[in-house]
Amino acid sequence: MKKITALFLLSILILSTSSVAFSQTSSEILIRNATILTATKGTLLNTDILIQNGKIAKIGKGLKSSGTVIDATGKFVMPGIIDAHAHTMLDAINEGSFSVSSMTRVSDMLNPTDISIYRGLAGGVTAANLLHGSANSIGGLATVVKFKFGKSVEDFVVADAPPGIKFAMGENPKRQGGQGPGRYPRTRMGVIETMRDAFVRARDYKQSWADFKAGKTKVSPRKSLELEPIVELLEGKRVVHAHGYRSDEHLNLLRLAEEFGFKIGVLQHALEAYKIAPEIAKHGAAVSIFTDSWSYKLEAYDAIPYNAYIMWKNGVNVSINSDDDGRMRRLNLDAAKIMKYGGVPEQDSLQMITINPAKQLGIDKRTGSIEVGKDADLVIWTAHPFSVFARVETTFIEGEVYFDRTKDLEMRVAMEKERKTLEGTDANKSKGNEPPPIPKEKRKSHLDDADGGNQ
Amino acid sequence: MKFQNSKFQIPNYIFLCFALFTINFSLFAQSDGSQQNLLGKAGTFAIKGAKIITVSGETIENGTVVIKDGKILSVVATASIPSDAQVIDGKGLSVYPGMIDASTNLGLVEIGLSADPTVDVAESGDMNANAKAIVGINPHTSHVNVTRVNGITTVLSSPAGGMVAGQTALINLWGSTQAEMAIVPLHSLAINFPRISTFAGFFGGPQLDYNEAVKQRDRRLDDLKKMFRDAAEYARIKEAYEKDKTLTSPATSTKMDAMIPYIRGEKPIMFTAERERDIRGVAKFAEEMKIKAVIVGGQDAWKAADVLKKNNISVIYTNIYSLPVQDDDAFDYLFEAPSKMQKAGIKFCISTGNDGAEVRDLPYHAGMASAYGLSAADALKSVTINAAEILGVSDKIGSIEVGKLANIVVTDGDMLEPRTNIKYLFINGRLLPLTSRHTELFERFKDRK
Repeated sequence: MKKITALFLLSILILSTSSVAFSQTSSEILIRNATILTATKGTLLNTDILIQNGKIAKIGKGLKSSGTVIDATGKFVMPGIIDAHAHTMLDAINEGSFSVSSMTRVSDMLNPTDISIYRGLAGGVTAANLLHGSANSIGGLATVVKFKFGKSVEDFVVADAPPGIKFAMGENPKRQGGQGPGRYPRTRMGVIETMRDAFVRARDYKQSWADFKAGKTKVSPRKSLELEPIVELLEGKRVVHAHGYRSDEHLNLLRLAEEFGFKIGVLQHALEAYKIAPEIAKHGAAVSIFTDSWSYKLEAYDAIPYNAYIMWKNGVNVSINSDDDGRMRRLNLDAAKIMKYGGVPEQDSLQMITINPAKQLGIDKRTGSIEVGKDADLVIWTAHPFSVFARVETTFIEGEVYFDRTKDLEMRVAMEKERKTLEGTDANKSKGNEPPPIPKEKRKSHLDDADGGNQ
Repeated sequence: MKFQNSKFQIPNYIFLCFALFTINFSLFAQSDGSQQNLLGKAGTFAIKGAKIITVSGETIENGTVVIKDGKILSVVATASIPSDAQVIDGKGLSVYPGMIDASTNLGLVEIGLSADPTVDVAESGDMNANAKAIVGINPHTSHVNVTRVNGITTVLSSPAGGMVAGQTALINLWGSTQAEMAIVPLHSLAINFPRISTFAGFFGGPQLDYNEAVKQRDRRLDDLKKMFRDAAEYARIKEAYEKDKTLTSPATSTKMDAMIPYIRGEKPIMFTAERERDIRGVAKFAEEMKIKAVIVGGQDAWKAADVLKKNNISVIYTNIYSLPVQDDDAFDYLFEAPSKMQKAGIKFCISTGNDGAEVRDLPYHAGMASAYGLSAADALKSVTINAAEILGVSDKIGSIEVGKLANIVVTDGDMLEPRTNIKYLFINGRLLPLTSRHTELFERFKDRK
């Protein structure tokens, strides 16, 4: 009981400090005199951005506003960072029992109070593609969110983003390295056949509905929660996010998709994509990669930091993702490194954490660049975001402030006071020789993440 | 691309790919070896007309560094260049001392996950003072080149298993043999200081009861103390026997022998500790045992400044990339820790704490600490001279000074910035090629049509 009380008090502490403490009441905000990295239309010096009703209303010099005015002289503004591969907010990541778990949805698992959201905001991240884990050849359904920390979970979900699904190839779906119970498939041969089998069944399932609707059969087919999302794939209505490392398995997947007449949306990780850049370009898939993570497992041993450059040169849409709540906080630096490895120009590198992932997630009409009419998802930095010395000042989503360093510093004082009060309550006092009760530790991702928490 | 009759083609294709993969793999193994065997060029060099960031002294805006016989011969504004020197035009370039990562497992882990044959970092058991990193390090690991081409020239490589994990090695990232790499082959003793852990293990299960976890920590601490007392006793008996051979000769223990320089305070012991109570525990332990302690990790070290300073304990901080432990910790709690240590007067350096592949990110760890309060100059020191001082080798490395090893990095910008390119790299005064497993694979595939 004591533990429960302490946990309850801790939750109150977290919720009370996080909830919309920052949100602006003013419907109009003017960011004045900044260096603006638009991500699509170059860099604008000493320029203002006017935000009205959550949208970018005007970009120009000498703009006026009766609303909140933020002087950003000497500061840099960029579009909010979009992470095309994250597991933030997920109370469970892998349904690792079935090789095809397309009936599961990460949208059932969203925790809007996950502190990693706030930490991501403090690194300039405003949106993320939340993916099922990589335990299964065909995993669960994905959800695209904006990091509206403090709001209810429904407000996070980007409703008009096209639906996604996770696929996985290689070591993880093979369940190597003691990753959970053994089950089919155990080889790359089995992984691709598991996928083929699902497509074949989905094709038959679709046909059986067509037959029923055409009156060829009298009894309606049984609805399959497993196959419906796969039918959507065959119809091009759902985006595949396919986890994989080796170039051969990517190629096999592209061939399989071509055989069934649809396109693979995004090859996730794709650390060897550079070996088959022309093939990927021809198929039309995008890639979402790490800048330079490598050697953490055998299938990541051929990863090179020039991957992004080679893919970019071949005209493939490249995004840089984190797949990790820690790495998420420095995606700006991961994009900066792209300039060094091969020499991708600045704006093209910046696009890899803004408009490119927005395109991959189908939300580029509303976010991913600083253009009039788009959502005001913006980040103000103390210096160029590609500098290691830069720090986020303020992060906006749809014109509302979700992170502000000055306010964060102020809030710490109040939090410290609140913590002291809570620690002083009877429930949290130590009794005799007993230490004070501690709440159970938060779920750790490695408990159910086949990726070992980091792939 | 269309694949008709793919039912027949795919198996063939997989077979082909598999065959290619196998062939590629053996090629890589060879090329990695030859990479390491690109020994670089020894000789006399003059980097002329560059900005010289000496770190230990003033920055020279336009100066010349002369390298001869593996050492720095001169550092001046206007140097006389030896006639046999290869001159490097340093216009627009900056010269830095090579960076030092004071806590890694580089060379002991090639591929960490599901590739056990490539992992030699953690011995079994709790008492492995005789385990020596220098004999486990693979001089031909592909991590060496990948790391050094980003400006890191020296690392401490440490065993990591159990409580007394083994002895670390301070190595340069050059050399075909372990001996060629070594600066200090048996540098320090790595100890994972016992801590309170309710962790249920990687596959879940109920967490340990807190009180039980405290007891377990206390038992382990007693074990550790006993190891130190046993070693002291062993040393005493052995010494007595050396003086008086009429005594019974003591049975030799390789583990106890290995402990002797450390229990006598002749060499440093690296204690992994993060929480304030554990760091204070290390300080108390060091005081009691009269040993030379260094903290590795150090999340809360700034909170224990009093005991760290009193006992002359430095900190190798490895947590810039880590997430704060508590939900209600400030988001930048671990970014700010170095600046808090600086203000508190603690001697510290910044390290990746990485097992090898990501050690090359060292400059960005230092840079991020600077974004959150540390001055840019102190950030640079935290990965150069401070690391050298903490490791006790500031007479050899860590700054650009006459007589030091010529571990030198020449860049086109601030060495801590991710956009900066390394232009020249010297280790032991050798001009090394800026190639690695990564540049090789890049060259092979960059123009594939």
